[in-house]
Amino acid sequence: MQSDIIFSAKAISKFFGHGKKRVCAVNDVSFDITDGEIVSVVGGSGCGKSVLAKIMLGLYVPDSGSFLYKGKPITSTLDHWNEVQSVFQDPFGCFNQFFSIRTQLKDAFGILKNKPSKQEIDQRVDEALLAVNVKPADIEGKYPFELSGGQMQRMLLARIFALKPKVLIADEPTSMVDACVRANILDYLMKLKAELGMTIIFVTHDIGLAYYVSDRIFIMHEAKIVEAGKPENVTQNPQSPHTVRLLEDIPDINREWIKK
Amino acid sequence: MAHILEVKDLSLHYLTRFGQKINAVTDVSFTMKQGEILGIAGESGCGKSTLVNGLMGLFISPLYPTSGDVLVNGESLMNRNPDDIRRNVLSQKVSMIPQGAFNALNPTRKIKDIAADVMAAHSENQKLNKQQIYERLRERFDLFGMETEHILNSFPIQLTAGERQRSVIGISTLLNPKVVIADEPTSALDVTTQKVVIKMIFDLLEKNIFSTMIFITHELPLLRHVAHNIAIMYAGEFVEYGTSVQVVHDPRHPYTKALMGAMLSADADQKNRKPTTIEGAPPSLSKKIEGCRFAERCPSARPECRQKTQSMRMVEGRLVRCDYAE
Repeated sequence: MQSDIIFSAKAISKFFGHGKKRVCAVNDVSFDITDGEIVSVVGGSGCGKSVLAKIMLGLYVPDSGSFLYKGKPITSTLDHWNEVQSVFQDPFGCFNQFFSIRTQLKDAFGILKNKPSKQEIDQRVDEALLAVNVKPADIEGKYPFELSGGQMQRMLLARIFALKPKVLIADEPTSMVDACVRANILDYLMKLKAELGMTIIFVTHDIGLAYYVSDRIFIMHEAKIVEAGKPENVTQNPQSPHTVRLLEDIPDINREWIKK
Repeated sequence: MAHILEVKDLSLHYLTRFGQKINAVTDVSFTMKQGEILGIAGESGCGKSTLVNGLMGLFISPLYPTSGDVLVNGESLMNRNPDDIRRNVLSQKVSMIPQGAFNALNPTRKIKDIAADVMAAHSENQKLNKQQIYERLRERFDLFGMETEHILNSFPIQLTAGERQRSVIGISTLLNPKVVIADEPTSALDVTTQKVVIKMIFDLLEKNIFSTMIFITHELPLLRHVAHNIAIMYAGEFVEYGTSVQVVHDPRHPYTKALMGAMLSADADQKNRKPTTIEGAPPSLSKKIEGCRFAERCPSARPECRQKTQSMRMVEGRLVRCDYAE
């Protein structure tokens, strides 16, 4: 096996429920993701893309098939999270309302095995805040509810800048924010990628965004990956009818979208 | 033809517990004819949702009207008590489709009971009994081409996101309102479901359930297809107002240009284009603002922009709040 493969999935499946109510969330999915790649998983609601993200994070264990991180199965989530981190959709759901933001950014270092010294933590938090264009003094003593959605999403990114993981799994990081903030956040993510050489997995329903950022796109539909390939091929020459549908449903300013 | 909705220099403010005044909406004026769809776009916190409350005449503390007037069919909605508004205006004259369908529906009650409550609260004078209300609900939901029995007898959690949003639209338009205000009805949905929901809205328009709509979103490409006219809002003011083709394809205000530049698309020629970003944040609305509100972030700002307050002026058939737009 090549050493630069980060995630390797072979025929993984994940089920929820029992008997008649058994639902298949990920069905016989195989893929390899190499080091430094940006991969987007695109699909509509309920297609299983978030479950796939949680499998990559080690939060779910697939019911069948083999899922390897750097050639080994994920045994300890704590070890896994030292290298693999995530950004979620709703930043308000990710921060505790009762603690100040700075405290929580500092607490995030608790997960690292070789925890840096107090001074170094302070310094790294400051650096991370500056990296997302927030002056450390601006959030001093502030609590999550005092900031706007766009600012909170930046705090989530600051956490990633501070921890410097090897792999980032971003589950709909921009679906709650408006277009300007989205462009900003993508800017920061690309900066992160350039600085740390991370592998990024984007989970999104926005194929336009996937096209812009990724090296490879996986299209998911009803628990299966129905198409995978380079963004140019997937968007210009889609093979699967589901991809065609996803592309057609985007309101584009130059194309008729819906009949009035 | 008379205007169905007339907004004259509407300003709204919030009053905080500490007596601080936040001017969320400043001098908004526009009129709408029967059958018109107006799109309002702008970033989070620019006053879109506050404006919606103002247009419904719903002034619940800490929101207060500062000045101006809102007229629906010539009838003013200002300075009326909330009870009067609920009985005589909401759902019948002006109705809102809320943003998060899941938050708008009571999780402990079935869709039919939620709908019955809405009808009972807003049409007290009609004195309908429960059976009549259910009958009307069935009729209306059959029109949508949805599985009426399944949806009416389900709890919100048993429905998909698309079904929930369509139920909410159905409930909001039960009493054939004159003006419907849709506050980001599709921003929580994926593109496929979004299209289904928009189709339903067009279906209702075609069946004359309602004819005049204000559609609020931050997705400009979506407005291009939905709205006849588009207004762009920034820091509580309208900065550009024109037809959807004018605003989307040929924006003139620097803020509208930046918004359009920030859009991502799956088109071939877009791959190497860098989406524009606007650094900084909108000005604080609790202080009096001198000069143009966008000057701090504007790429083409001039020194005089920071002193001189800009007003709306005509530029090639649309209104723009910038003295230097061409």
